[in-house]
Amino acid sequence: MSAWSGSALSAPGVHSLWTESAPGGTADAAAHGAASGAAHEAAHAVARMTLAAARPVERIPTPKIEYAQLAPVLIVLGAAVIAVLLEAFVPRRFRHYAQLFLTVVALAAAFAAVVGLAAGGHATTRAGIAAMGAVAVDGPALFLQGTILLASLVAVFTFAERRLDPADHGHRVDSFAAEAAAVPGSEQEKAAVRAGFTTTEVFPLALFAVAGMLVFPAANDLLTLFIALEVFSLPLYLLCAVARRKRLMSQEAAVKYFLLGAFSSAFLLFGIALLYGYAGSVSYGRIADVVDGSAAPVDPALASTMGNDALLLIGFALVLMGLLFKVGAVPFHMWTPDVYQGAPTPVTGFMAAATKVAAFGALLRLLYVVLPGLRWDWRPVMWGVAIVTMLAGAVVAITQTDIKRLLAYSSIAHAGFILAGVVAATPSGVSSVLFYLAAYSFVTIGAFAVVTLVRDAGGEATHLAKWAGLGRRSPLVAAVFGVFLLAFAGIPLTSGFTGKFAVFKAAAEGGAGVLVVVGVISSAIAAFFYIRVIVLMFFSEPQADGPTVAVPSPLTMTTIGVGVAVTLVLGLAPQYFLDLAGQAGVFVR
Amino acid sequence: MENLIALLVAAPLLGAAVLLCGGRRLDAAGHWLGTLLAAASFVVAAVLFFGMLGRGAEDRALHQTLYTWVPVESFRADLAFQLDQLSMTFVLLITGVGTLIHVYSIGYMEHDERRRRFFGYLNLFLAAMLLLVLADNYLLLYFGWEGVGLASYLLIGFWQHKPSAATAAKKAFLVNRVGDIGLSIAIMLMFTTFGTFAFGPVLATADKASEGTLTAIGLMLLLAACGKSAQVPLQSWLGDAMEGPTPVSALIHAATMVTAGVYLITRSGAIFDAAPTAQTAVVTVGAVTLLFGAIVGCAKDDIKKALAGSTMSQIGYMVLAAGLGPIGYAFAIMHLVTHGFFKAGLFLGAGSVMHGMNDEVDMRKYGGLRAYMPVTFVTFGLGYLAIIGFPGLSGFWSKDKIIEAAFAKGGTEGWILGAVTLLGAGITAYYMTRVMIMTFFGEKRWQPAPDPHRAPDVEPAAADDGRHLAAGPVGSPAAEGPAGHPAGELPDPHESPRSMTVPMIVLAFGSVFAGGLFSINSAFVHWLEPVTRFEHGHPPVSAAVITTATLVVLLAGAGLAYAQYGRRPVPVTAPRGSLLTRAARRDLLQDDFNHVVLVRGGEHLTRSLVYVDHTLVDGVVNGTAASVGGLSGRLRKLQNGYARSYAVSMFGGTAVLIAATLLMRAV
Repeated sequence: MSAWSGSALSAPGVHSLWTESAPGGTADAAAHGAASGAAHEAAHAVARMTLAAARPVERIPTPKIEYAQLAPVLIVLGAAVIAVLLEAFVPRRFRHYAQLFLTVVALAAAFAAVVGLAAGGHATTRAGIAAMGAVAVDGPALFLQGTILLASLVAVFTFAERRLDPADHGHRVDSFAAEAAAVPGSEQEKAAVRAGFTTTEVFPLALFAVAGMLVFPAANDLLTLFIALEVFSLPLYLLCAVARRKRLMSQEAAVKYFLLGAFSSAFLLFGIALLYGYAGSVSYGRIADVVDGSAAPVDPALASTMGNDALLLIGFALVLMGLLFKVGAVPFHMWTPDVYQGAPTPVTGFMAAATKVAAFGALLRLLYVVLPGLRWDWRPVMWGVAIVTMLAGAVVAITQTDIKRLLAYSSIAHAGFILAGVVAATPSGVSSVLFYLAAYSFVTIGAFAVVTLVRDAGGEATHLAKWAGLGRRSPLVAAVFGVFLLAFAGIPLTSGFTGKFAVFKAAAEGGAGVLVVVGVISSAIAAFFYIRVIVLMFFSEPQADGPTVAVPSPLTMTTIGVGVAVTLVLGLAPQYFLDLAGQAGVFVR
Repeated sequence: MENLIALLVAAPLLGAAVLLCGGRRLDAAGHWLGTLLAAASFVVAAVLFFGMLGRGAEDRALHQTLYTWVPVESFRADLAFQLDQLSMTFVLLITGVGTLIHVYSIGYMEHDERRRRFFGYLNLFLAAMLLLVLADNYLLLYFGWEGVGLASYLLIGFWQHKPSAATAAKKAFLVNRVGDIGLSIAIMLMFTTFGTFAFGPVLATADKASEGTLTAIGLMLLLAACGKSAQVPLQSWLGDAMEGPTPVSALIHAATMVTAGVYLITRSGAIFDAAPTAQTAVVTVGAVTLLFGAIVGCAKDDIKKALAGSTMSQIGYMVLAAGLGPIGYAFAIMHLVTHGFFKAGLFLGAGSVMHGMNDEVDMRKYGGLRAYMPVTFVTFGLGYLAIIGFPGLSGFWSKDKIIEAAFAKGGTEGWILGAVTLLGAGITAYYMTRVMIMTFFGEKRWQPAPDPHRAPDVEPAAADDGRHLAAGPVGSPAAEGPAGHPAGELPDPHESPRSMTVPMIVLAFGSVFAGGLFSINSAFVHWLEPVTRFEHGHPPVSAAVITTATLVVLLAGAGLAYAQYGRRPVPVTAPRGSLLTRAARRDLLQDDFNHVVLVRGGEHLTRSLVYVDHTLVDGVVNGTAASVGGLSGRLRKLQNGYARSYAVSMFGGTAVLIAATLLMRAV
């Protein structure tokens, strides 16, 4: 509940910004045409009524929406709305199947739409800006959307897994609370469990989150960026809170995530305001023009602030901070271990993979489209962030004793590695990051899916000591997890090696040799704790009261199988995918 | 036609894959499959051979490129084959003798429950060996080189439950590694010098490189050849390698793999021709090994070890011939082929004797077997006559030519080499006559099979592991004697089954006739000439004198052996013997030398390195690890679980971010 109130809180922020920006934007539109009018067009949908009241009707250019190019987002959003209706009208016992079916079909259809757009040349020759300048449809956007959709698809399979826990009162249960609103331990909760309730709302929530993630890396103006951020963040806050086991921990994680997320959103929003003050527009293209001096500030209302470098630099730093928070870069990473540990493990996998893809996509676009002229200003700062992220992630992971926290710190270190590719500031930097994200997301989802299998009486047995000797009890599961760990560590013949090699190569070519050195050192530190888990699984005596490994349904098996397959294929024969990422590496402006 | 070349390698490779991966369900048919695929490879080889005969001498070489592995700039590692006259000779020898030994093994390994695996390894060996001789570049040759090393390791240690076999396998592997390092360094030198590994360009432009480089390459190639062909100083593994099943000794450690060094030197002839120092090293190694092996062969009572000494010595002949340059290459290969026939035949004969004698290997416990094993006696006898160079038989033709070529080297060097080869021929006659007499003639000196219950302090498996079984087929280490013979009874020598005698008979034909056939109109020399080139050597004395001298030393050697072993009873326990005999029994102290110089020296070196590692390296590493761990523990405390402190960290981070950005602009 509290998460929704957060959205209500942030709504006035949007509103007030828009009302301030509206006059400038409109004057701008008169002078420069549609490109500069992107800001209020993006806001159009949000606050139409206010706009209509503030401006004469004939001054509004007719919005032109390229529905076909936005099809992936529209499909997922439409399905999310339908899913809410299903929640309202479908009888409880059919809901699980109806929701799962709808979600899978929607994600698959959206993926097909992405493939169709790419096949139609929208990733390369016909790349362009859609929806009045709000959304870019280009190679990176489509590649990342495809990655997010595929990752979400396999992640949703783990959402739907109902064979891991024994049946409760004759009802099969999944990882989510019977009734999320019930106070943990209350009579209401017990009644819900007895009645066999399940939180099937997770499916529409996931769909909304996916829709936001699809827009996030494609957002071509700052307002769309912000809205997409909120659209995918709010469902994630909720999803974190609905674990069936260890509910208090789950709720604590959600509250922390929400509070810190709102905090970072505020920074981001403030940065957007400053950037608007600097450029007189929230459009990426327009800001870039002002940065490189090709567009002179003309708006008399903003004459005193436009072109003021302090606004640009501070605003840029604040926006950057908002995105770095989402990717989990140090020092904005502190939510990661707590949230990863507390959230239901399927949600953790989904979030760790898809959020990272979306956030890095947005970060790339911001840095490459908006700030190419500022390259030497942002690069040293990003170098610093990448270095501390790689080192801190790897170093702190060493002393972790919980597998989910371990993977959380591992994800922080990986964020650092990806940042090394981001700062390369070359086309090969973009494509290496794209490849890394695709490779990493499947390893992550697979690894967290394996974590859901290892259970004892209290649910998942996430303490590392319990994993001792797992290789003797369940050689297959341990071997699969071993593959994922080797991929995390970047051992050759896994996707992790290919990805790491690509980003380090790009970084070295981009002149960031120091980052490569630090990256390799961090990898060596990180290899220690990955290999330590393998040693623990295969070379330690199993504990007497050790966990059992649940036999999952084909759903989780598919998730893990896809994870292993992608990990090995991208490790053994990566060339096709490297080429694909290479072709998709050019941003449209 | 050239598309068939890959099939040569593919057939046994398929066999190895199927047999080794197929599991127990192939146990019943595995040996047939292995033999069939070896035979298929031989048939392909025959087809290619006749196709080659149908073409003119200059068009005989065939090439087949399958694909290029990692082409990086000028680095091209091609999976490409070259089949010329030299390769063809080897292919026929390998597949022909290989097939015969597969057939022999069907009978020999009948009681071994791991027979399928044995045939898998044999097929693997064939594939690797064919790859070695068919490669058209040194890198692929290296691959085959390592492949035969692996197969040899697996087969020497095939009865790995015997500690002696496991140790022997390890020893062979380690000694071979030393040689392999030579080959890899040679290949690296080639790449830096010529920019390629392919035989064609390297050998065609060899004389363009500086002599120093070529000498280095040549010496490294020689080191490789010493390892694989058991030449001094890397000879020590071959005697112990006899722990492997006898067919393995025949195929790998007599007929084919150990001759790979001769192939390597002959193939790289252009390099050695331009590097006289390396060539001198080659003949020196050959001459020393020739005598070394022969002397060791004289002292051994273990029939297989005596034959192993002989193998070493005969390969010494080949290496020596190959070191003589174009006057010797063709004869080296010719001796290699005839040796392949008669030495394989001798080993199979030895295996047959052991098969009939409770797997006894000590010749002092044989005697008078000719009446009990007539086929083995006749085929072994023909092999014996061939190896000592009895006029008209294979060994005579090939060895005589090598002795002539040694004299033809000219100068003092020629006289020394000629004398050494002559002396070697005499010793060969001596030790082979000794083997022959001790095994097949004289009174019976048979001993009861060892009784495992007699030594209660030794566990049964260990008793079975004793040296008496050093190389016999062992089913399971059961309480009864090996191969089902009850302990404590006298052996009951019998002729071996048909599957074993037929290969022996075929090889005996080769031992008798091959040399003569090759020498009609110097057919073999002309066949190889386009590849190895050939110059007529001119010995300082006429060929007739040399041949006569050879026959004289032969008779002297055989006569001496007859006087010692034929006219006097052979004691069952070996007499103490002279100092030389005792040294030769210990392989001329090779292991003692290696132990004192290499093992002790190595131990001192490693101990001091370990000390440095423990104190210095570990100090740094552990210190780093401890400090990283400590840092981790401290940083971990920052993660205190309070959202408020997380928010502070974010706020501080943002402030730093802004400050840094502004600072960058200011700078």
